[in-house]
Amino acid sequence: MTAFLILIILGLLGVTVWQIAKIFQLSRKEESQSPEGVNDDRDNKIQGWIMLIFGIFFFGLMIHNFWNYSSFYPPKSGSSEGVEIDRLFFTTIILIMVVQVIMQALIFYYGYKFHGRKGQIAKFFPEHEKLEFAWTIVPVIVLAALIVYGLFTWSDIMNVSEDDEDVMVVELYAYQFGWKARYSGEDNTLGKANVKFIEGINSLGVDESDPYAQDDIVTSELHLPKGKKVLFKMRSQDVIHSAYFPLFRAQMNVVPGMITQYAFTPSITTEEMRKSQYMRKKVEKINHLRKERSEALTAKGEEALDDYNFDYFLLCNKVCGTSHYNMQMKIVVEEEDQFNEWLSNQETFGEQMSKS
Amino acid sequence: MSAPAINLSAQQHEHNAHEEHHQTFVTKYIFSTDHKIIGKQYLITGIVMACIGILMSVLFRIQIAWPEQSQAIFSFFLGEKWAPDGVMTPDAYLGLVTMHGTIMVFFVLTAGLSGTFSNSLIPLQIGARDMASGFINMLSYWIFFISCCIMLSSLFVQGGPAMGGWTVYPPLSALPQALSGSGTGMALWIIAMAFFIAQSLLGSINYIVTVLNHRTKGMTMTRLPLSVWSFFIAAIVSVLSFPVLLAAVLLLFMDHSFGTSFYLSDIFIQGEVLSNQGGSPVLFEHLFWFLGHPEVYIVVLPAMGIVSEVLATHARKPIFGYRAMVASLLAIAFLSTIVWGHHMFVSGMNPFLGSVFTFTTLLIAIPSAVKAFNWTTTIWKGNLQLNAAMLFSIGMVSTFISGGLTGLVVGDSTLDIQVHDTYFVIAHFHLVMGISAALGFFAGIYQWYPKMFGRMMNKTLSYIHFWVTIVGVYGVFFPMHFVGLAGLPRRYYTNTAFPYFDDLMDANVMITVFAIITGVVQLLFLFNFFYSMIYGAKATKNPWGSTTLEWTTPVLPGHGNWPGEIPTVYRWPYDYSKLNKDGTDYVIPGQDFIPQNVPIQENEPEPAQ
Repeated sequence: MTAFLILIILGLLGVTVWQIAKIFQLSRKEESQSPEGVNDDRDNKIQGWIMLIFGIFFFGLMIHNFWNYSSFYPPKSGSSEGVEIDRLFFTTIILIMVVQVIMQALIFYYGYKFHGRKGQIAKFFPEHEKLEFAWTIVPVIVLAALIVYGLFTWSDIMNVSEDDEDVMVVELYAYQFGWKARYSGEDNTLGKANVKFIEGINSLGVDESDPYAQDDIVTSELHLPKGKKVLFKMRSQDVIHSAYFPLFRAQMNVVPGMITQYAFTPSITTEEMRKSQYMRKKVEKINHLRKERSEALTAKGEEALDDYNFDYFLLCNKVCGTSHYNMQMKIVVEEEDQFNEWLSNQETFGEQMSKS
Repeated sequence: MSAPAINLSAQQHEHNAHEEHHQTFVTKYIFSTDHKIIGKQYLITGIVMACIGILMSVLFRIQIAWPEQSQAIFSFFLGEKWAPDGVMTPDAYLGLVTMHGTIMVFFVLTAGLSGTFSNSLIPLQIGARDMASGFINMLSYWIFFISCCIMLSSLFVQGGPAMGGWTVYPPLSALPQALSGSGTGMALWIIAMAFFIAQSLLGSINYIVTVLNHRTKGMTMTRLPLSVWSFFIAAIVSVLSFPVLLAAVLLLFMDHSFGTSFYLSDIFIQGEVLSNQGGSPVLFEHLFWFLGHPEVYIVVLPAMGIVSEVLATHARKPIFGYRAMVASLLAIAFLSTIVWGHHMFVSGMNPFLGSVFTFTTLLIAIPSAVKAFNWTTTIWKGNLQLNAAMLFSIGMVSTFISGGLTGLVVGDSTLDIQVHDTYFVIAHFHLVMGISAALGFFAGIYQWYPKMFGRMMNKTLSYIHFWVTIVGVYGVFFPMHFVGLAGLPRRYYTNTAFPYFDDLMDANVMITVFAIITGVVQLLFLFNFFYSMIYGAKATKNPWGSTTLEWTTPVLPGHGNWPGEIPTVYRWPYDYSKLNKDGTDYVIPGQDFIPQNVPIQENEPEPAQ
């Protein structure tokens, strides 16, 4: 019923606008020099002014967005590789905004300045080779610099060798709709695995007969030691997922039938991040919002929301089904000794299997 | 190549023969082979599909802004099954985003835009009686119509329509166990796309042949209006890349329905191991994006051509750098076929490939920049006639720049790691390709409405339509960049599952409000469009003072377009505001444009072409 009401209101609004437009038109039919439906100089003038006003609105919108929403950008990257990505990102954004400001200003200013009027003769200006050459070659140079800068960063991040002594190998395992982690244990080598071996508590399909698998540790929370490079080996059991760590500036798809990989070095512990000014402010703001919502909920007789405290998280970032939006895993970054202690308290795969 | 390969007397004869035909309502308006009618059929179908696609976006935007709340509008459109008690289900949400993408990209901006203007304008602007094959042209529209019907019918099947995103990556799309929409809904999606590809190929081949073989006398390739150039190049890109999509979706259909393993391997789902072995989902991604990327240029190139044409006409100035514009169209078309990998930087393919695709991708910024600079120079020192078509064109240049610039972020493999599949990408491609193409579409409709329907659209309504639309789209998509930078993934039913994103809510509400306003104001356009068809002011022969050939036909051209002989072309299409040798007056005194069919005058300075 409400929908019909809304439709009727919209329809009536349309008729109103139409009638106003018609009155507007009838009232000035006499003075117009152009046939009906074709713009005249008065239209040009009015539209030119609106163009200018819109230009100002648009710049206002951009300033408003940067002012209010810049804080959406995540805090200092939790991985040392991410710092490089941020640096490249801000360089690119500055470049983009310089071009954006100049070009948009020109377009809307020209639109206003050269609006049609009687007696104005447009400049017959079909070509200018030097000008065209200049604005072809300048982007070429700027882009070349950007490409080279980007590619160096890219190869630094993507080229990781497992044979490196300092790299810790961890498997990330994705399924509809959750994540598991498998640590490679003391031998730093993951045991073989395939979906064919999935049975009972062996939900990751680890090959029991593989000696490397015995000291593997399967967990449902991801703990990472600060300052140690972690190489993630990723497997999916069903559809494509994507392991997205926005606070570490890291992402890689998890594809069934193959193993993908990505490596980064956590550089800020969860505790440090919680204490950072950025995160304190953010958590405070979020808790304020949650409080407001809780009040609304309790008024309706529903349960209030818990207070929020920051934790790193892993998201799924490739649509993977109904609960795609809620496929997450908690990440804890801690000092190396804390991490080792936590890990030693976990059951190994071998222990788990022998128990069952 | 430059000799116009037409036989005037033969065409004349054929034309006379046509006039003697007795035309019934069915042959004239339904199974018509006349390119003008077919263009209108594409237009109307495109508008209907656009209404559905835009409505879908408004629905899921409401869910994002006010997650999991009961809305009467959901109950009304989605019914009890997909919105129990008025709360949209996650599956309904995924179905809506998937179908919104599919409908807008393929059915509105590819077939609707290209189908309307390539059909309506190519023969008129190159001076031909009709398309090379009227019959194939008719066939292409009716296959498109079937495709639309199949795609829409998938909305009503048991498991719902396809839900795996418009890119339909397997295994999600291939396994009904993984997602309810991957059953019958997905099968219908694939079948509809197969028809769609067939119509696209038939149409494109027709456009190519017509442009190459049916140009009138004097209409060399370098005298073609940029609109025709862009339709021509978009058609070539379609012919090259759509067949690959057909291969991709047919293999997907095999996996989906007949148990093959092109894209499937090592899968454990719903408690059982599937027997599929040896396929790779990454193969599908390669095949899909081999079309998928050129596709965005198939969408935006015609819009670029229309905008070039409209800007020059209403700036009363020649388009700046005609040759550079053609060259950049060619460069974009060529590069568009070797950049597909930038959708796959984090797909698990070799990082070295990522480097290569970053390189080619950022190269495409160069011809795009040239186009933007040339458009801006075209309005510089013009005598701008600010009607709706012109405003939409200026708006398109603005959104193309705003959206194009962020391509430097998403096209850079390193930066893509962070923004891949977030709302930043959504903001980027909506502005640069979706909105720009839509604004170009509107510019084209306002510009050629008098030619299509012999009447003028209402001026005031068209102005309101433009200003609300441009404010609305920037209000939607500019803040969306920031939501994406926060790390919010796309296709999330709600982001309230993560308290971390709670502070984005205000921005999301603002975006949705702008989206609703933009959606509603399109009703004004619809009203203006249909009302003016009957009650609009009668159009004159050349209302915009344009130089191109379509304006030399009668107000409502009949079968064969020109009642007498086809005009001969003597000059390029951009002789606006050209002064005579002495600089005392325009070449034709008192008229600031010289139509293409006017011979070179004695008092004219050196011709531009």
